[in-house]
Amino acid sequence: MNVWLNFLIDSLAFGATFMYGSTGEILTEKAGHLNLGIPGIMCMGGAGGCLVLNLVGNSNLPGFLIVILGILGAFFMSVLMGLIYSFLTITLRANQNVTGLALTTFGVGLMKVIFSKLDSVVYLVGPKELYRWPFAGRTDALQCLGVMFFLAVIIALLASWVLFRTKVGLHLRAVGENPGTADAVGINVTRYKYVATMVGSGIAGLGGFYYIIDYMASMEAYLSLEAFGWLSIALVIFALWRPHMTIIGSTVFGFLFSCSSYITNISWINVTMAAKPLLKMLPYIVTILVLIVTSIRNKREDQPPQSLGLPYFREER
Amino acid sequence: MEKSIALSMRGITKRFGSVVANNHVDLDVYQGEILSILGENGCGKTTLMNMIAGIYFPDEGKIYKEGQEVVIRSPKDAFDLKIGMIHQHFKLVDLFTAAENIVLGVKQENAYNLKDVNNRVSEIAQKYGFHIDPRKKIYDMSVSEKQTVEIIKVLYRGADILILDEPTAVLTPQEIERLFNVLKRMKEDGKSIIIITHKLHEVLSVSDRVAILRKGEHIATVETKDATESSLTEMMVGKKITLNIDRSEPKNPQPRLFVKNLNCVDPEGIQVLKDVSFTANGGEILGIAGIAGSGQRELLEAIAGLQPLTGGEIIFHNPKKDQPVTFFHKSLNRVKELASQEAFHDEYGNPISFGGMNNKQIRGWVESGKVLFKEDEVMNLRDKTPLEIRELGVRLSFVPEDRLGMGLVGSMGITDNMMLRSYRKGPAGFVDRKKPRQLADEIIRELEVATPGVNTPVRRLSGGNVQKVLVGREIAFAPKVLMAAYPVRGLDINSSYTIYNLLNKQKEKGVAVIFVGEDLDVLLGLCDRILVINSGKITGLVDARTATKEEIGLMMTQTDTPAKEAVPCV
Repeated sequence: MNVWLNFLIDSLAFGATFMYGSTGEILTEKAGHLNLGIPGIMCMGGAGGCLVLNLVGNSNLPGFLIVILGILGAFFMSVLMGLIYSFLTITLRANQNVTGLALTTFGVGLMKVIFSKLDSVVYLVGPKELYRWPFAGRTDALQCLGVMFFLAVIIALLASWVLFRTKVGLHLRAVGENPGTADAVGINVTRYKYVATMVGSGIAGLGGFYYIIDYMASMEAYLSLEAFGWLSIALVIFALWRPHMTIIGSTVFGFLFSCSSYITNISWINVTMAAKPLLKMLPYIVTILVLIVTSIRNKREDQPPQSLGLPYFREER
Repeated sequence: MEKSIALSMRGITKRFGSVVANNHVDLDVYQGEILSILGENGCGKTTLMNMIAGIYFPDEGKIYKEGQEVVIRSPKDAFDLKIGMIHQHFKLVDLFTAAENIVLGVKQENAYNLKDVNNRVSEIAQKYGFHIDPRKKIYDMSVSEKQTVEIIKVLYRGADILILDEPTAVLTPQEIERLFNVLKRMKEDGKSIIIITHKLHEVLSVSDRVAILRKGEHIATVETKDATESSLTEMMVGKKITLNIDRSEPKNPQPRLFVKNLNCVDPEGIQVLKDVSFTANGGEILGIAGIAGSGQRELLEAIAGLQPLTGGEIIFHNPKKDQPVTFFHKSLNRVKELASQEAFHDEYGNPISFGGMNNKQIRGWVESGKVLFKEDEVMNLRDKTPLEIRELGVRLSFVPEDRLGMGLVGSMGITDNMMLRSYRKGPAGFVDRKKPRQLADEIIRELEVATPGVNTPVRRLSGGNVQKVLVGREIAFAPKVLMAAYPVRGLDINSSYTIYNLLNKQKEKGVAVIFVGEDLDVLLGLCDRILVINSGKITGLVDARTATKEEIGLMMTQTDTPAKEAVPCV
């Protein structure tokens, strides 16, 4: 197959990691909470999923059940992280940035501890071909696109549908834009914030699991996970707070992030090893460009939710 | 016409800390009527209405809806009882369309069907004569359109009691007329409408009855047809209370600040200052009276260099002719700049130039007191930043309304707050902490600031002490013009008197003091002249020694009277 098509499909598969991360973060931000704990949450998602696989990997359970258990493990571990964040920032009204950063430090560290105790043979050897369904067994690039990739696309589309086409979405966006108004018309602001933040964290955590088990399937994969958490947060800006845009955005980011390894294969561009890390900056540079462009255009729909990062006190009206 | 009572309040009391906002208020609202709630700032109008709308919960008293006792704990409860309030600050999501805002939080529909919503909105609009495009986004709307959305939002929920908090404050006369027509149609439809306002002519033109509140108490409810502007004003402002403020006669007042035809437009496009002109004299206190939000803040901020203007001049006049130049407020650079403009002469009248002299020699010459101003200094402060004003050597002090927001930094101690005025002094790159520290100690001692220490964050001090620190700092700067916005708001009697005395002392020193106040008794007792501002326009200038409260009250609330120039009292 054409090298560029291969590259594109690989970018899609790789990008699914960010697709999960940024879809989750968008849901959280739409509720008015800037969760900088996403890298830590993605790490803990990966760790939680692998922990479950480690427990059930050698059992006689059917393969698809093991896959589902792994996914659920990742989801619940990250929902738990989301609960910590929600409790601190919503109920105790702690500073969102500080809480998020603390959660990242905590999540990344704990993940490393957990992985040092896990047996990579057990969690990686599992029913790998099941993750790669329906293209399992193919030899071309399409084999990278498996169940969890499609799940990411479905979640992103579903999140957009909920946010922009349903009443729940309208209420959630109202909470993120102007919680005082939402409160005044009888919307339970706290509940919306909790649910959005926790579900968002759960979705983001799946990204970590996907990267380790499905996309990389290597025992060192977890070491680079944190960086993808930050990339997911950058992708939120690139996607202009629209979950369906993360499908395109994550592909672009995946493409830019991995192009350093492809470019060396192209004869007319001469890239030395030393220049590779520079190329890895491209997604961030693109994010800055997007920020500049949207700031200049100043279209209200492309701006972050108005009360993003601000705690909500009911008494302060 | 037979009318039944829609809502009644009995013995409603609400306290905020030690302040009683409403004291045993009894009020009835009939079906199909427009009731005005009239009163001065801070008389508890909005608080009372907020208790019906579920924002606050009364400490005492009962509310009855159509004879049934009800408990309103949240805006949702109010909605369920078909009570809707349109707040002064609209509660709308900017990014949503009108229809989305209207439907937000409505429970009865199962589906999110904007088409149905749009139709119903248009139906309501047609019924009462609104003009609205349900698909328009709020951020694209004018203030009056936003208000329409708020009213429809309430009607959409089926409200039959509507409360409007100062609905006309932000509207043009044509928009007000349209609004009143809509309100009258709603009244004919059997809805009860309560308007909070302090504009007398509106009260007289639109309402059926008027309830007057003063200092949290319900004074009377009268039929509008029996009321006149002056009878309402009298009930609103009450009897004059003589305060024991030591007011001296102004000694030799000199014009200090000329404000000419100031015009200012706020970010929402509303003209907040309209052709404001006045003169502030040194050695007297000029009071500014007006309903809150009539442009007082913008006026002071414009003078302080914080408010962009669309027109007008602010001229600072410094009677320095034949006076020695000092470094007290002028930097060496500024002195050199003035010298190059040939602004100085020596004691024999010969022009001075510093050509060929080094800084030390210039300093010596100036400090010997033999460098004199040739003319009075006249400077235009318009479009100058506060720093530029300071660098011109203009001694302007500003005690803003928002003490801990604009005046002081709450988390810093007194010393550090003093340094906000002097951080540019001291050797390059370093700040001089010694003098601010001394100043802090001095203020604590002389103004009797109750604080655990100079480094205690000022946020932790009581309101009166915070104000003393702020006023103390501004006075220490030896101003020529001192502007104070609501300097005694929230202060107890003793602290208030401390502040009055400080202002009086400044006046005696020849400072031009501009005092923005809300309590007419204080304005009449403290100031020499009182300027009345009404919706951004000056509607009067009176001598505080002879003016009456009713006179000022009318100027504050009437909108149709042309500005009248009272006899200047100098």
